[in-house]
Amino acid sequence: MSAQRFPVEAAQIMLFARAIGDPNPIYSDEDHALASEVGSVIAPPTFVQSSAQHDPDYHLRPKIGEPWFGSGREPTGVPRQLRNGSGGGGGGGGGGGGLHAEQHYQYHRPLRAGDTLSAVTRPGATWEKVGRRSGSLHFSETITEYRDAATGELVVTARAVGVRTERAVTQDPPASREA
Amino acid sequence: MALSASDLCVGDERTAVVVDNLTRTQLVQYAGASGDYNPLHTDEVYTTQVAGYPSVFAHGMLSMGATARIITDWVGDGRLLSYGVRFVKQVWPGDTLTARATVVAVQVPAQGSGDHPVVELAVVTTNQHGEEVVTGTATARLDP
Repeated sequence: MSAQRFPVEAAQIMLFARAIGDPNPIYSDEDHALASEVGSVIAPPTFVQSSAQHDPDYHLRPKIGEPWFGSGREPTGVPRQLRNGSGGGGGGGGGGGGLHAEQHYQYHRPLRAGDTLSAVTRPGATWEKVGRRSGSLHFSETITEYRDAATGELVVTARAVGVRTERAVTQDPPASREA
Repeated sequence: MALSASDLCVGDERTAVVVDNLTRTQLVQYAGASGDYNPLHTDEVYTTQVAGYPSVFAHGMLSMGATARIITDWVGDGRLLSYGVRFVKQVWPGDTLTARATVVAVQVPAQGSGDHPVVELAVVTTNQHGEEVVTGTATARLDP
């Protein structure tokens, strides 16, 4: 995902830590954090995923005034003429659609409350496997570099692997191991 | 407290329950916090009637985020160098996840090199049936 400007805010860190069920005070308690080795509130290891909130084009967020594929009056908001029989959206946190197969991060320095990052995403490798239940599996990698917006310093490098299946999978979709 | 290379041996491990009886509300929390509003994780009507799954299921990144705690609680805050996982199996409401981290290697740099020791950990998270849902690795900086 790309974001010109991704402010890393203390309240968002607190909400994110609650959502993943991590009570570590380093994510919410400024007094604790000031007295700690790292010296400030930092973000949990997977926090950069929330840069999606700052990506104007992120496809898994409803846009004001646009149809959304989740339920409303009907079980899906995708207009009937656009449906292809396998349901509306799919999607995932991975490589721009499909299911999320793998996620990898490299940390170049701690990500701190008060930082402002820029995120630039580029495509990586693509490959295929044949799955037992789902036909051909198309894997694709996306690499996102999160940099300090002021200095250009690299803070986190993220590599996502997404997988798309040939057929709709009705249960227990494949992980990257299936082959 | 920072962890020292001398505190660790290959094979040392830690285990913790990182999700207990996963609720749909936690999936809503994670959707809101992460910005991933895919209805497959929060919209039972869409997920069962349109997408054809038995119920909503967890974001893979929620399992990865919850699993991270077994690592950061051990190595300390701000010490992680890398963390990567494969999403092996879906996680459903009601699931209880147990994460286990195991020391695979401790790399001690040559004296005087100025580099820090680094621990390499294997991480696996299993559900209440003993099935792996997330597997991965992490590296972290240690004190000498």
